[in-house]
Amino acid sequence: MTEKIAIPLNVNGEIREVVIRPADTLLDVLRNELSLTGAKPGCLNGDCGACSVIVGGTVYKSCIMLAVEAIDSKITTIEGLKNSPIQEAFIKHFAFQCGYCTPGFIINIQALLEKHSNPTYETIKEWLSSNICRCTSYEEIEGAVFSVVEKSSDE
Amino acid sequence: MLAFNLEYYKPKTIEEAVECFFLLKKENKRAIYYSGGTEILTLGRLNLLQMDAVIDIKSISECLEFNFEHNQLIAGAALSLTYIEERNYFPLLSTVAKEVADHTARNKITLGGNVCGQIFYREAVLPFLLCDSNVVIAGEGGKETASIHQIFNGAFQLEEGQFLIQLLTDQEYITMPFASLKKRQQWETGYPLITVSSIKVDNRLRFAFSGLCSFPFRSTEMEDALNQANKSLHIRIQQAIDHIPAQVLDDIEGSREYRLFVLRNTLEEIITELEGEG
Ligand code: FES
Ligand code: FES
Repeated sequence: MTEKIAIPLNVNGEIREVVIRPADTLLDVLRNELSLTGAKPGCLNGDCGACSVIVGGTVYKSCIMLAVEAIDSKITTIEGLKNSPIQEAFIKHFAFQCGYCTPGFIINIQALLEKHSNPTYETIKEWLSSNICRCTSYEEIEGAVFSVVEKSSDE
Repeated sequence: MLAFNLEYYKPKTIEEAVECFFLLKKENKRAIYYSGGTEILTLGRLNLLQMDAVIDIKSISECLEFNFEHNQLIAGAALSLTYIEERNYFPLLSTVAKEVADHTARNKITLGGNVCGQIFYREAVLPFLLCDSNVVIAGEGGKETASIHQIFNGAFQLEEGQFLIQLLTDQEYITMPFASLKKRQQWETGYPLITVSSIKVDNRLRFAFSGLCSFPFRSTEMEDALNQANKSLHIRIQQAIDHIPAQVLDDIEGSREYRLFVLRNTLEEIITELEGEG
């Protein structure tokens, strides 16, 4: 028999205790147990990137990760990135329409910039190919990313 | 979300992992070794795969090794594909790995998960087939090492309770000239059509294929045909096609004819590139 288990998750700098089934994905636990609804359920199949979160400094699609795999790691969701430069750049560049894909893009770009402060166009393209925008805001998203990259390389 | 319940175990040693598998078996529970878990979760969500427990191998140190020892590259089954690309100890493997899924997914997809998966592409196995690598597996009888050619026949032929620990590749193969091309029908990120990988060993080309038949393979008959230096490229490729070991796939990603058309062009491209090199 599989019991529900209580596990601690370190989310956006806070330790939160959750009671979950080991079969629960991180996406479900964030949304349903912690009411962190920024990570979006899109394809639920690892294809669209709408559910992306940062776990232990690496970006993952939370629909293809069990919550139990994230024990002992720091989790950052879009709610943990208030007023980050990339978020502001998205607003300034109108880099969204419906906004459903936006948290996933921002999280992925945040992880990219934490790893490469001055990424090449090829690196940006490779990383961002993991996210799909059904409203096709790609050009504006590119504009937002470049504005942040340029700013950080000027500093 | 998985509709069924699961037990989750994360052993720290190979022995604990195997013991866990057989203890669960005694309780009539079906356990699956879990590395990146991406395929297990996507198939599980669709009820195409069912299990009672997963045994996560990501805390087993041997499964995370990636280094050279005794002139061999040790590549652990639980390494993520992006880690392999970033370290780039094995350029052919990095090239092939970089073409699997997308960057964020590759942070989670592992070497062991890709080569042991159910989805038929399993491209990451191609470099190891080409380099006559050895495979370290563990099971009820302990740890054993065998040639990949003994254990991989379209898929890893593992016994109940066995799992892949490492792939071992002689360092001399790692520096040999290589080419690897993945062709898609649409866009740069669409589903793959075929992947052809090749290395040049002692002036002879070796070839391995994924996406052509329903399993990845290396064929010595095809290699013999493709290495007939006294024949025209056209004849060599045609004779290789005559020796494809199984039915060529004919599916929504591409018809049989289209796959063969792409195969011809890809082989021509690779042979021209590698035969031009000294
Ligand atoms: S919802 Fe996770 S990748 Fe689409
Ligand atoms: S803004 Fe609508 S999906 Fe991207």
